[in-house]
Amino acid sequence: MQASLSVSFSPNSSTTISRSHNTFQSIPFSHGKPLNLRFCGLRREALGFTSLKRHDSNYRVHISSGRHSNKVSAALSANGSPPKSFDYDLLIIGAGVGGHGAALHAVEKGLKTAIVEGDVVGGTCVNRGCVPSKALLAVSGRMRELQSEHHLKALGLQVSAAGYDRQGVADHANNLASKIRSNLTNSMKAIGVDILTGFGTILGPQKVQVGSSNNIVTAKDIIIATGSIPFVPKGIEVDGKTVITSDHALKLESVPDWIAIVGSGYIGLEFSDVYTALGSEVTFIEALDQLMPGFDPEIGKLAQRVLINPRKIDYHTGVFATKITPARDGKPVIIELIDAKTKEPKDTLEVDAALIATGRAPFTNDLGLDNINVATQRGFVPVDKRMRVLDAAGNLVPHLYCIGDANGKMMLAHAASAQGISVVEQVTGRDLVLNHSSIPAACFTHPEISMVGLTEPQAREKGEREGFEVSVAKTSFKANTKALAENEGEGLAKLIYRPDNGEILGVHILGLHAADLIHEASNAIALGTRIQDIKFAVHAHPTLSEVLDELFKSAKLKSQASSPEPVAV
Amino acid sequence: MAHLLNTSFVPSSSSLCRKSTLQPAFHISGNKSRTSQVQAKIREILMPALSSTMTEGKIVSWVKSEGDKLSKGESVVVVESDKADMDVETFYDGYLAAIMVDEGGVAAVGSAIAFLAETEDEMAEAKSKANSSSSSSPVAATAESTSSPPPDPQEKIVGRASFAPVAKASVTSGSVVASSTHPASEGGRRIVASPYAKKLAKELKVELGRVTGSGPMGRIVAKDVEAASAAASDVAVVGSASATGVGNAATVPGKNAGIELGSVVPFTTMQGAVSRNMVESLAVPTFRVGYTITTDALDALYKKIKLKGVTMTSLLAKATALALAKHPVVNSSCRDGKSFTYNSSINVAVAVAIDGGLITPIDVYSLSRKWKELVDKARAKQLQPHEYNTGTFTLSNLGMFGVDRFDAILPPGTGAIMAVGASQPTVVASKDGRIGMKNQMQVNVTADHRVIYGADLASFLRTLAKIIEDPKDLTF
Repeated sequence: MQASLSVSFSPNSSTTISRSHNTFQSIPFSHGKPLNLRFCGLRREALGFTSLKRHDSNYRVHISSGRHSNKVSAALSANGSPPKSFDYDLLIIGAGVGGHGAALHAVEKGLKTAIVEGDVVGGTCVNRGCVPSKALLAVSGRMRELQSEHHLKALGLQVSAAGYDRQGVADHANNLASKIRSNLTNSMKAIGVDILTGFGTILGPQKVQVGSSNNIVTAKDIIIATGSIPFVPKGIEVDGKTVITSDHALKLESVPDWIAIVGSGYIGLEFSDVYTALGSEVTFIEALDQLMPGFDPEIGKLAQRVLINPRKIDYHTGVFATKITPARDGKPVIIELIDAKTKEPKDTLEVDAALIATGRAPFTNDLGLDNINVATQRGFVPVDKRMRVLDAAGNLVPHLYCIGDANGKMMLAHAASAQGISVVEQVTGRDLVLNHSSIPAACFTHPEISMVGLTEPQAREKGEREGFEVSVAKTSFKANTKALAENEGEGLAKLIYRPDNGEILGVHILGLHAADLIHEASNAIALGTRIQDIKFAVHAHPTLSEVLDELFKSAKLKSQASSPEPVAV
Repeated sequence: MAHLLNTSFVPSSSSLCRKSTLQPAFHISGNKSRTSQVQAKIREILMPALSSTMTEGKIVSWVKSEGDKLSKGESVVVVESDKADMDVETFYDGYLAAIMVDEGGVAAVGSAIAFLAETEDEMAEAKSKANSSSSSSPVAATAESTSSPPPDPQEKIVGRASFAPVAKASVTSGSVVASSTHPASEGGRRIVASPYAKKLAKELKVELGRVTGSGPMGRIVAKDVEAASAAASDVAVVGSASATGVGNAATVPGKNAGIELGSVVPFTTMQGAVSRNMVESLAVPTFRVGYTITTDALDALYKKIKLKGVTMTSLLAKATALALAKHPVVNSSCRDGKSFTYNSSINVAVAVAIDGGLITPIDVYSLSRKWKELVDKARAKQLQPHEYNTGTFTLSNLGMFGVDRFDAILPPGTGAIMAVGASQPTVVASKDGRIGMKNQMQVNVTADHRVIYGADLASFLRTLAKIIEDPKDLTF
């Protein structure tokens, strides 16, 4: 079995079939190395620089696959025989940020790569998520500044009343999405990634149908990166006008006087920032007892004080919205609330609009997972820590990976991309396991919130379980020169660490440019840098980064001496 | 630790204080004598020392309100020091009886900022304690404690009329009470108020159940609460600190302190708003209709009730409101150039020379009382644009200066403004051929012709004249 596998990897076998060049591929690329590849045809018999590399990498794959040979053969016998030769080394289903990151890295590693997209390149992040929302938040940030008379006066500025043009704001978001989309498309085309248009369905091992036609593509390895869609709880009727999801809200077709936001996670919070800056009043509906349940409690408390209380926002916590009816027949949007615990009817709200921000559901329907005996869990594709897909019996499905929102491990664009890169590393022979605790997250409110690693309760629980002490250090933006110069002293940075060995367990920041500041901490976690070492790193003065500098310096370690030998992780 | 220090309040996280040695910041000063320590049922909450350099602290916000039950460990107040904001939590169960330093106020470290009662029964006691010792917060610096000039009851209402910040008397007469038609209000049993309205209601201590909503489908919006607040707030303050010598100041501008001749002074936000409004008004096609009204009966009424603090402007406002109730179109406005906006309530804005405020009188007596309060309020804080933008009809009176007629610029967003001149003895010929002396005043209405036509104004003015000439309804 193992032998036959290795044969199929061999580039020699690929000389047998040759297929004409896809027409859309010949879109003008008149220069550079990729040109060679392009005219090689899909089989790529030619010995380009990249195909040599590919050979090399296949060899490595062969070696490394020995580690899992038992499972591989078992799965193969259960699922029929795979194709003997492949159209691609790597086929990615879904051209979102995760698929894009994987594709770029795959090409760098010399894999012949194709990406299947049934909708638009860029996926949720670029078209209906992070990217357009940042455009709206850029507007809301400026509106806030211009509307804050007190703040402007303190700076000695005089500005007459700020106003906005809704369509102009909406266009800005839309233009940004198109620009990033074309950048993304071009970046893949430029290095020779084939973009296959159509809905990808897995037919069997290493075999994918693209679109409804008989266009069947084979690949040695397949990555599922189909992402997610807004999750709408049952009972809620989305009409796209008055009851909307983030997909609609980002088009900013209206700015309602009063909008209810169901869910106070980072999506809801960001939209509350946008809507209140544009003049709406907001009501949060949160099923848990606390707003912003995902955040570190202390950060959440401060966020509530800074981002909720002074704004035109109220909230209902501990309630479910069981029924939401869009505005029609002259009636407003009606929201029925029940107590989350007792399930008894609690309240009815009537608002001008409702935004459903209750999280996101994996987009894995009709993906053909039945064909390979994979059962999703609440829609998520089950994977191990190497993103390898597990079948219904818990066995590994060979050559099939799933990254990003579709596996639900960490529903963030950059996490998907990092997972994709780790998969490419694995199929090219390096066993890279992604450390999810080093992946930062950010919420782009004004001021921003960012976090990496554990929250304080999580860290304390872990400390209790594993028997280590947990300490917390904090610094305020009020003590930072640059923040004060900007008159933005509101903010807190919090470090959760082990005083015994200086390990950083988590960092949470609320304050000016928190989303940019977090990376010093996330890199430290990723690289295993300890506080006793990073505290001697120098920061330019005066910058906001000194908030973290001070944070690290303020940590009290049991033994101040830096351990010369790296501590094993 | 805090317990050992015998303190009722501790900062929620001591780590913030890492830079300074945490001082025993909180003391109970309720009972200093050693023996009665245990009986300290009413405790003072003191401004904590959050850092070694802190001498005073600012109250960022009270997490709890007066009357709230507190349990051990709960955050009560957020205090800002020179370094950070910190939640301060209670170490005792009890009730927050009285807040002595309001949000935004500053208190020296160690001074009392609130009283904590152990039981509900003791709350009243704690409150009176708070009142008697209100001077114990030495740095309670808030805008209220300004040195207002002595009250001048005669001049208190009208002041100098200008089109600037418009203070508003909203008169709701029977026929225009906006019923709570909100579909989900279940016949008024449920209150539908926007988030900001709720926030304001809490802040201004307005009971939402008594507020009539003017928002979409009868929803209570912020301006309704503001209007209600001005009306509902108690009149106790009025007697002492009523409106000040606004009129005097206006008549002798040369004596105005602070004006440096030859200098260019940028507009304040308020003046900027006025300037913008005035320029904006040029986009509205206006026209004017005048009317001469005999005021003998009104003057007689005024003489009768003036001792009760009723002023001419408030009488006129009430009369105008009654007339508007019969002519809703004159109370309408044109917001988008395409439609009539029929306002659900009648808000008679009155142009005054000082920053305005909102009042909603119940009758003409309270209208006048509110008026004084309004002036106080206006002096205490700068008004937001929406506070002087929401009148539906504006009254501008320059009669007290002897002006007999003038014309007013229509404030954007409203349908009409009425310029009222002085009431003067005039020789008139009556229909039966006799000549006599009557007090007459000229009014001149400027209106938006997109929604209000000549005949509308004419009939409105005739109604107004009837009301003023037979003012028996005004005192109800």
